[in-house]
Amino acid sequence: MIYDIRHETMPREDLESLQLRRLQASLERAYAMVPFYRKRFQEAGITPGQIRSLADLKNVPFTTKQDLRDNYPFGMFAVPMDMVVRIHASSGTTGKPTVVGYTARDIEMWAELMARSLAAGGANRGDIVHNAYGYGLFTGGLGAHYGAEKLGASVIPVSGGNTKRQVLIMKDFKPTILTCTPSYALHLAEAAEEMGVSFADLHFKAGIFGAEPWSENMREEIERKLHLSAVDIYGLSEVIGPGVSVECHQAKKGLHVFEDHFIPEIIDPNTGKSLPYGETGELVFTSITKEAFPVIRYRTRDITSLNCEPCICGRTLVRMNKVSGRTDDMLIIRGVNVFPSQIESVLMEIHEVEPHYQLVVDREDNLDVLTVKVEVGEKLFSDKVKKLQEIERRIQKHIKDYLGVSAKVKLVEPKSIQRSEGKAVRVIDNRKI
Amino acid sequence: MKVQQISVFLENKSGRLAEVASILADADVNIRALALADTSDFGVLRLIVNDTVKAEKVLKSRGFSVGKTDVVAAEVEDRPGGLYKILSLLGRSGLNVEYMYAFVQQSQKNAVMIFRFDNIDEAVKLLLHNGVKVLSGQELYAL
Repeated sequence: MIYDIRHETMPREDLESLQLRRLQASLERAYAMVPFYRKRFQEAGITPGQIRSLADLKNVPFTTKQDLRDNYPFGMFAVPMDMVVRIHASSGTTGKPTVVGYTARDIEMWAELMARSLAAGGANRGDIVHNAYGYGLFTGGLGAHYGAEKLGASVIPVSGGNTKRQVLIMKDFKPTILTCTPSYALHLAEAAEEMGVSFADLHFKAGIFGAEPWSENMREEIERKLHLSAVDIYGLSEVIGPGVSVECHQAKKGLHVFEDHFIPEIIDPNTGKSLPYGETGELVFTSITKEAFPVIRYRTRDITSLNCEPCICGRTLVRMNKVSGRTDDMLIIRGVNVFPSQIESVLMEIHEVEPHYQLVVDREDNLDVLTVKVEVGEKLFSDKVKKLQEIERRIQKHIKDYLGVSAKVKLVEPKSIQRSEGKAVRVIDNRKI
Repeated sequence: MKVQQISVFLENKSGRLAEVASILADADVNIRALALADTSDFGVLRLIVNDTVKAEKVLKSRGFSVGKTDVVAAEVEDRPGGLYKILSLLGRSGLNVEYMYAFVQQSQKNAVMIFRFDNIDEAVKLLLHNGVKVLSGQELYAL
């Protein structure tokens, strides 16, 4: 189902004129209300009035996460605090958290986008949504919650954690839609199996999974183990939270960006130069309807490409391909660029391997050493040592062949790699560089 | 004429073997024979126990990867040349022994060896044909 036919299937020409109108108004507002943006415009020697076409946007300076940190906590807000009805923050694993605010209209708009997203994944009014995204400062839980209510579905606000209770709820409340991170989806499958509950006997038809990058192979694994149709949803709190883009369940080939609210661009992360459709680079967003926390050319650090081909679902919105990595989680192993998601893809090519892995990077004698820890599940285990060593060698060879990097492979006991209730800890970088 | 063996994946770190022993002890499972094959990173523990089903269940419930394999328990004369006799028999027939280890108890005057073959049926046939005593699970557990 398409939730908002008018906006999601708008002819490109009409969409672009809507975008330009909204962009101009949004830039004017940010310029007037946020000292940071005014200063940036002035330094670049331009005014919002000089943005006369969508192409002119590339003359506007970028905004980075560091800029948001520098204006911690509320310096980037474009409305007085008495208009802000909600505050979220991203986890501050690498410094101060990033704080974002919403007006009542922002919340309403976000709920609409999440309703669109759930519908794109296959949800409908009357569905029961098991929402296992974390509730709290993280935007996932409340974002999906408001969207499900907007759609007219029933929400179970189960949040993250307490996995055994979640399995019981899934059995008894019979939810039909699952929303959580892809790694938690697999965690749930594992927990259910341990409790003797089969997803085949549950009532799920679709899952909308996001908040961390995942591969096509992981989708297959999730769909097979959870007996549902899985789509990817994308978002980041700086832009709004989940619901910036989503895959449609018909194509499952790229995530439709809700361009009537956000303008996506792809740039070369090194030069900042805009790249055309189809080329891979860093994803940049400009919000064009947000009131409390407008972002202008915000650099997401996510690496992807945009696809403007028409989609079989009928949406005219441009699609971004699955995020293949981030400019800042890219590992450089002895000079070779490696994305953890690439290693995951390689691992998933080997059918004995389950998606429970961890990359550990050390520096020994001034040389980078990448160790890939892989859990030995039922499928992989053998009573013969040479068979296990053969799999180790096979993984090693695959990684070398596909990624051009040498890795040590270490087989570890089942469930010995940390499972977080939210995001999986995939990389441990012990290098002090 | 086959005996069930369970195998357990262990990381090479202290206390893992003790953990397995303790889980089996708590479940009242008696270990009758054991062999550990190891590399620098991991080991595979192979066990003959008096209750395979229970052992597998308790170890799995504690998160271990557990495998089940059919192996052969054969009597070996407890004197010089006893083992050679069997191995040369197997060698002449081109049957490869994946691994082998000794059972703790004797069967009357004879030692008992556990053999893992890829082609177990043919191996059993050959041993029986040449007068080697092959023990059943019942016989073995009763020793």
